[in-house]
Amino acid sequence: MRLGAMRALLSFLLILVAAPGWAAGPLIYGLKPTQIAPDTYVFEGTREHFTRANGGNILNPGFIVTGDGVIVIQSGPSRRFGEEMRAAIRTVTDKPIRKVFIGNLHPDYWLGNQAFADVPIAALPGTIEGIKAEGKGMTENMYRLVGDWMRGTEPVVPTEAVYGSTVVYGSHRLRLIPLEGHTAADLAIYDETTRVLFAGGVVFSDRTPTTPHADIAKWLKELDELEPLDVAVLVPNHGRVRRDKTAIAQTRDWLTWLDRILRERAEAGADMADALNLPIPDRFQSLGVLHEEYQRSVAHLWPRIERAALPRVN
Amino acid sequence: MPRLLIAASIMAALAGPTLAAQADPPDPLASVMWDALRPELFGSAPITFDDRVTVTAPANAEDATAVPVLADASALGRVEEMVLISDLNPFPVVLRYHPVAAKPVVGTRIRVQQATPVRAAARTPDGVWHIGGRLVDAAGGGCTAPPVTYAARDWADHVGEVQARAWPPSGDDKTARVRFRVRHPMDNGLIAGIPAYFIETLSLRDSNGTDLARIDVLEPVSENPVFTLDVTPAAASRALTLVGRDTQGGEIAATIPLPWTQGALP
Repeated sequence: MRLGAMRALLSFLLILVAAPGWAAGPLIYGLKPTQIAPDTYVFEGTREHFTRANGGNILNPGFIVTGDGVIVIQSGPSRRFGEEMRAAIRTVTDKPIRKVFIGNLHPDYWLGNQAFADVPIAALPGTIEGIKAEGKGMTENMYRLVGDWMRGTEPVVPTEAVYGSTVVYGSHRLRLIPLEGHTAADLAIYDETTRVLFAGGVVFSDRTPTTPHADIAKWLKELDELEPLDVAVLVPNHGRVRRDKTAIAQTRDWLTWLDRILRERAEAGADMADALNLPIPDRFQSLGVLHEEYQRSVAHLWPRIERAALPRVN
Repeated sequence: MPRLLIAASIMAALAGPTLAAQADPPDPLASVMWDALRPELFGSAPITFDDRVTVTAPANAEDATAVPVLADASALGRVEEMVLISDLNPFPVVLRYHPVAAKPVVGTRIRVQQATPVRAAARTPDGVWHIGGRLVDAAGGGCTAPPVTYAARDWADHVGEVQARAWPPSGDDKTARVRFRVRHPMDNGLIAGIPAYFIETLSLRDSNGTDLARIDVLEPVSENPVFTLDVTPAAASRALTLVGRDTQGGEIAATIPLPWTQGALP
């Protein structure tokens, strides 16, 4: 009897230890590079929000294998992600990593930096300032959102400031485009050689845009700047990689609607809580994370719109 | 208030459930604080959990220092008093609302210290508290984040400034929506070195000086608070007045025009 109970307990413990991805199992992103253009690869993430199931894998970081080493674009949401990215790059090329570019201050762009601590990590000055000011808080919030995937992750501030310029690595001419709107400093990278545009957070594709640091009017001007580029492949940081520029129009459509509806409701006397549950037009229903991001945007954008709608009376 | 609350929690823990609590329906939000809050807030008055009292708030608080909350008990008919509660805040009572000549509807923004039930309780003339609410998830820390007000050197020059607007009466009950924002740091006393300093009372009055609505404001209400009310001014009113006072005796006074009555000027 006693022995039976011991045996049952022992086999239960064995199951706990052995079951992969469950209980004590290791957390693995399973990153696989997809080639989207000559020398150019992307790790395609989900179109979700940060969850404990996806470990923060909601972005499309990429890399370009040049004659002058590997250029990495965004380092991911966690130390583990960055390490897996680096290992996956090794399966494609033996060339050393030459430089990492970080698109903006949001946590999934740069929290994999620890895995690239031995190479220059470049970002716009505004992004570096933003990470210095808010990086710690954002890191703590990521632990809360995705849990154990973050184990060992510490904020590492980018080490090199870059500005608008064209830089050449091997046969690739990369145009660094400094923009402002999605955040106070957005870096888009256009490879003139392959006509691939790494749009960062400026363009979303079938995924609802995020607005925690957004200025909508400026963001719409960013889209105007990217629109004329001759793009063969557009890599948004969130959403589907596309061989056309429809994602630019989609992002513009969403931002325009969002800004207009919130202003209309504030002018009509709505409370902020009223604005949380406004109907969203059918054409946006296919966007990932629609309702969650819409409600987050109300939190980000409403207070300023409201201030403009309420005149001073004393 | 906190001392009372602690005393009530200890008493509740020692004495076990009170007679009134025994007869209570189970808390649909299964809050660990409810057994302590119930006698503290409502004594032995009867309570009922009632879907006709709605709380509109986000499922996730994107900004824990300013979570929008709109409580609506208008489906109950006449309501004498409303209490807004965030169970797991260091100070759970957000505000008390007295809709004298107003709909039992109040909207504002609140600080939350952690994920918490957010509730509205509405007392009908028969003395019964009707309670509705929802859970709000949050990264937390909203009650202990320093106000951003102090980043501006001249913040003290702006305390008590009011922005406000009234919208023409609409709906079956012909209430006029009034929204106002008051500049105030609303220090709740939880941040080291910053003593409590917040607006305690606000009254919205008709042009003849009678109260349309009163709000007893408490610690969780956000910095630079914003309120939404639906009031019933007299037909001839051309403006409302907002008067209030903070914990250091600072006065708030503003006149809110009712633009749709301008044409009725003699």
